[in-house]
Amino acid sequence: MTAERVDALVATASDGIDFDGLRVEATDDGYAFETPDADHAGLDEAALRDVAAGSDYVSNWYVWHAVVPQKPDRWAFLRWLEGADVGADVDGSDVVARYDALTEGVTTEWGQLSITARLDDDEGGRRRYEVRHVDDVGRDGLDRYDDPLEARDLATHDERGRYRPLKAAPSLRTGWQFAALDPTALVEVVEAFYPASVPNWYREREGELDVTHWRETMGRQTGMYGVVKTWDRGEGYEHVNWVAEATCDDSQCLKRREWQYDDETDLDVDGGDGQFPCREPCSVVVSGARKWTKLESEQPRTYEFELTPSEKEQLEEVIDAVADGRTDEIREADVSDGANRFRARFLRAKLFDDEGNLAGTPTDRET
Amino acid sequence: MSALVIVAHGSHLNPDSSTPTYDHADTIRAVGAFDEVRTGFWKEEPSFREVLRTVDSDEVYVVPLFVSEGYFTEQVIPRELRLREWDPEAWESDGTSATDVTLTAEDTGQTIHYCGPVGTHDSMTDVIVRRAESVTGDPDVGDGFGLCVVGHGTKRNENSAKAIEYHARRVEEMDRFDEVRALFMDEDPEIDDVTDYFEAEDVVVVPLFIADGFHTQEDIPEDMGLTDDYRTGWETPATVDGHRIWYAGAVGTEPLMADVVLERAADAGADVGNAVETVRERTRQTGSPAD
Repeated sequence: MTAERVDALVATASDGIDFDGLRVEATDDGYAFETPDADHAGLDEAALRDVAAGSDYVSNWYVWHAVVPQKPDRWAFLRWLEGADVGADVDGSDVVARYDALTEGVTTEWGQLSITARLDDDEGGRRRYEVRHVDDVGRDGLDRYDDPLEARDLATHDERGRYRPLKAAPSLRTGWQFAALDPTALVEVVEAFYPASVPNWYREREGELDVTHWRETMGRQTGMYGVVKTWDRGEGYEHVNWVAEATCDDSQCLKRREWQYDDETDLDVDGGDGQFPCREPCSVVVSGARKWTKLESEQPRTYEFELTPSEKEQLEEVIDAVADGRTDEIREADVSDGANRFRARFLRAKLFDDEGNLAGTPTDRET
Repeated sequence: MSALVIVAHGSHLNPDSSTPTYDHADTIRAVGAFDEVRTGFWKEEPSFREVLRTVDSDEVYVVPLFVSEGYFTEQVIPRELRLREWDPEAWESDGTSATDVTLTAEDTGQTIHYCGPVGTHDSMTDVIVRRAESVTGDPDVGDGFGLCVVGHGTKRNENSAKAIEYHARRVEEMDRFDEVRALFMDEDPEIDDVTDYFEAEDVVVVPLFIADGFHTQEDIPEDMGLTDDYRTGWETPATVDGHRIWYAGAVGTEPLMADVVLERAADAGADVGNAVETVRERTRQTGSPAD
């Protein structure tokens, strides 16, 4: 690659180069070549080629202009991965320090991905990326993948084979590794695991993220989803707090929720700590909202049940266990846990009648 | 630079819903007809709202992987892609004749060639026939066979049935099968009575659906009497009322569907070189009829 990049440098020198500490100019006295480590003037082309050939600054310039994807968001993301972005600390933006770090490997987390950028020893300055699950850092014996399209399959089911409709759910399976991706393939892999995360992250960094808030998204719905508009009755936004707590918490989705009730009204629930933003209620939220719009249109009734204090607490434990996805972790014979299956079966045997009514009390659907 | 974006329904519940979309995208990607091939979904990610920003190209061909013109192609997709000044009239369609219209995406400024759905393209007829070939394993299937095209049908949208009837008529005009019929799940004539509509002993049934899901894998097989319980599966062919029913599963899973997607984009002006021929050849599973 040395010849390619030196040719490219010579071809570009007359336009002037000023990038990551490398300055090259064509003057009446010949070429000027300047880096933090070197300062040459009056070079003829052969001399320029000599000083450029071994320079990391030149390889760095070449990689960022001729090797990596030039789409601004992908470019910025790859720069960010190796700490070269604007606003990074001085060490990170210095090419020599950055190359030292890249020789060791620079690791960044993105959702549940651990991405390590390295210099490719054989390709003078080209970057190679390794991607694995954050829980697999330091583990050997992972299944190796090379084709970015295979990331799509890895993202489809969780560890237990259940379908993952929400790509940013913190349920990515482990045990795989993309060992040596080029920059284009790395972005493909990241986008397969977390679609549109890079462009939205970039827009946010540039101060241009187009957030669409709850009111606007629900107001746009039509067809079978048109009903969700009726849930907002101008009586506050507590119901939307409940939705966000139910579906958008970091325990459910690793995007950082940036949408609020409307332009002027923030939700009271935390948006999470994710690296990349969620700019609009997603289709899972809209589907949930449709269901809740219907359920929440019902009027409360007063029912009378008799429960022992422990039975009341047990109902609360069962709801907690389901809501936290904890039921599978409860040991078979752990009868101290209220959400244990035997405990739940006992409660059902005792409290339900033959029609499944709690405490024999029928559901009152009369209006 | 130009890109192809295939937009499809997807599902929160069924991972197989998006499989054909990915498969056809991969087929087209492999022939290199576009600089980029991407997919976007109503129910999966990237969403219709965000798919265009994942595309580098300024020139984008958007092909809906839907069966008929209607609610999704006329309202949902243009709205969610933020196609400026979209109007269904721009397609000047009679319900099955939408081709393409060129608009600007408000969100990204890209030039969008918004194409009609794959389901109403003429070459869909070839896919239906190809499906009959692949399910029977016979590249010359036709003589002595009836062909039934099954659609969802819905009283809410007359275009839904139009697309099914359109292709049934075109297959009939080929004069290849003894009899051709269009039947429906939700309107008359109904698929439940499939054997009443055919004289031929052998009947190939091709559902005009994009993906396999509960309609194609549960309802239709049970409605036709291929099985009492979809979970126990069925034979191909299965014998019902003295007829052998060759049931194919969703036509959208047929590899040749990639060709329809390509042709939609090519009709809209995309320079796809000889990709159409290449895809037609690569997706053939039963050998050439000339063999």
